[in-house]
Amino acid sequence: MTSTSFDVERIRKDFPVLSRELPGGRPLVYLDSGNSSQKPTPVVETMREHMAMHYSNVGRAMHALGSESTEAYESARDKVAAFIGAPSRDEVIFTKNASEALNLVAYSFGNRSNTDPRFTLGPGDEIVISEMEHHSNIVPWQFLAQRTGATLKWFGVTDEGRLDLSGISGLVTERTKIVSIAHQSNVLGTVNPVADVLRRAREVGALVMLDASQSVPHHAVDMASLGVDFVAFTGHKMVGPSGIGVLWGRAELLEAMPPFMGGGEMIEAVWMDHSTYAAVPHKFEAGTPPIVEAIGLGAAVDYLSGVGMEAIEAHERDLTAHALDALREVPTLRLIGPDSLERRGATLSFTLEGIHPHDVGQILDDEFGIAVRVGHHCARPLHLRFGIPATTRASFYLYNTTGEIDALVRGLHHVQKVFA
Amino acid sequence: MIGESMYQELILEHYKHPQGRGLREPYDAEVHHVNPTCGDEITLRVKVGDAGKIEDVSYDGQGCSISQAAASVLHELTTGSTVEETLSVVDEFTRLMQGRGKVEADEDVLGDAVAFAGVAKFPARVKCALLSWMAYKDAVVRSAR
Ligand SMILES: Cc1ncc(COP(=O)(O)O)c(C=O)c1O
Repeated sequence: MTSTSFDVERIRKDFPVLSRELPGGRPLVYLDSGNSSQKPTPVVETMREHMAMHYSNVGRAMHALGSESTEAYESARDKVAAFIGAPSRDEVIFTKNASEALNLVAYSFGNRSNTDPRFTLGPGDEIVISEMEHHSNIVPWQFLAQRTGATLKWFGVTDEGRLDLSGISGLVTERTKIVSIAHQSNVLGTVNPVADVLRRAREVGALVMLDASQSVPHHAVDMASLGVDFVAFTGHKMVGPSGIGVLWGRAELLEAMPPFMGGGEMIEAVWMDHSTYAAVPHKFEAGTPPIVEAIGLGAAVDYLSGVGMEAIEAHERDLTAHALDALREVPTLRLIGPDSLERRGATLSFTLEGIHPHDVGQILDDEFGIAVRVGHHCARPLHLRFGIPATTRASFYLYNTTGEIDALVRGLHHVQKVFA
Repeated sequence: MIGESMYQELILEHYKHPQGRGLREPYDAEVHHVNPTCGDEITLRVKVGDAGKIEDVSYDGQGCSISQAAASVLHELTTGSTVEETLSVVDEFTRLMQGRGKVEADEDVLGDAVAFAGVAKFPARVKCALLSWMAYKDAVVRSAR
């Protein structure tokens, strides 16, 4: 049942793609927002309007268009800062995506140009991640461990798909310099207990980073009350365009960190043999940024705020409740992740006995126009943990309906018939 | 409704009842191939007898119906033939798979493998069908060393 205050049909009208037909007259049932979300008209129009009428480079052009473009770009930063409750707008750094934000932070550790003791890292020091991470929150830390000789460790995952905190005091220790975990799992849907991890990290003086790629699009997330040090998320999963992501970091940490990339706009002054750097956030935004994409992200957060993050969260909760019930009726379906509504988001991954997820996804798409994601969803270690090569994942967003979930269930029954 | 053309009855049959599955001794070469985009894997062994006759193709692996059925069909088509004959089947199958659905299959050469013609229309799945066949080609080359 969908809350009466939430008019999903009206929302759907904002997303033109949702009313298109796929070849063969199939309607589109888009259940892959965890991968990337669709874009509402206001985002598309804002970007089009900027490109058509106001476009110029930012920061450096002194003419009218230059100031319009700069104004629009920087006001997108204000919007994002407000959206995530950032104490300061300068703590919002535009990156290409969440992956870049994670790499940027990993780069600042064990780096000879960073002598701040919180960032020094070498043999004997430890980095802690978890087994449920997206590759984007694994590989940059592997790089860091390889580069510095530090040790990479990780939280396990329980059979229910929760972060296993049972050994936390042995895992996060005085040797730990950084803990980086997902706020919400892109496979399990699990929402992780940030406060518990943060408390332990603070006891031992470690920094904490959250990969919020799957949480910021779906729940109101407030930087000040979260209390962590760094947060990464990505525009394309939150009704914004691809090519734009965000790193939020505490100002005093960002100031202590070395620039990640060199180039125009990130400098204060340049000599032939050395340079001084711009203040944050510009220190981390080398070169011409994704201007139109940042402006699009500004429009996206305006759109989400207009609908209301609480309303979106409540709607997704209704969808998840409906889906959990409906999927339970599918024979042999094994849900990978929490089976209840408690501390979970609207992402459901599962297997069907004897049928490979690629076959499930192919038939759902070909026969019913249902778009799900199949594979390991860039979380291979998590799948290894559960002893499976792949899952089928349905992920919901503000524009999805219980009717679409029913279509998915009908589709799954059909898949089972094909392979019976 | 384009799905049906890909999931031919014959493919489903081979998937449900794979022929020659399981790794066997003796063998001359063993290879392990993976499809990194989807994680499908196959371990495949060949035993080549006198006069270049394929005595056994044994395999084990995991993956979608297309990749598993393709391995089963491969086993049937190759066992008992000469290396040379089988390599021409591999070539014809590869040509069919890479033909984007526009290549006419030579049924005389391909036998049951023509059932995969529909897969060629799905670029993302072509690699599934070819996984075991490429592994076979690799194994045959290694067995000759
Ligand atoms: C949890 C999580 N982290 C990181 C990413 C990476 O996002 P991007 O590809 O935009 O860098 C994703 C999405 O693919 C994700 O789901």
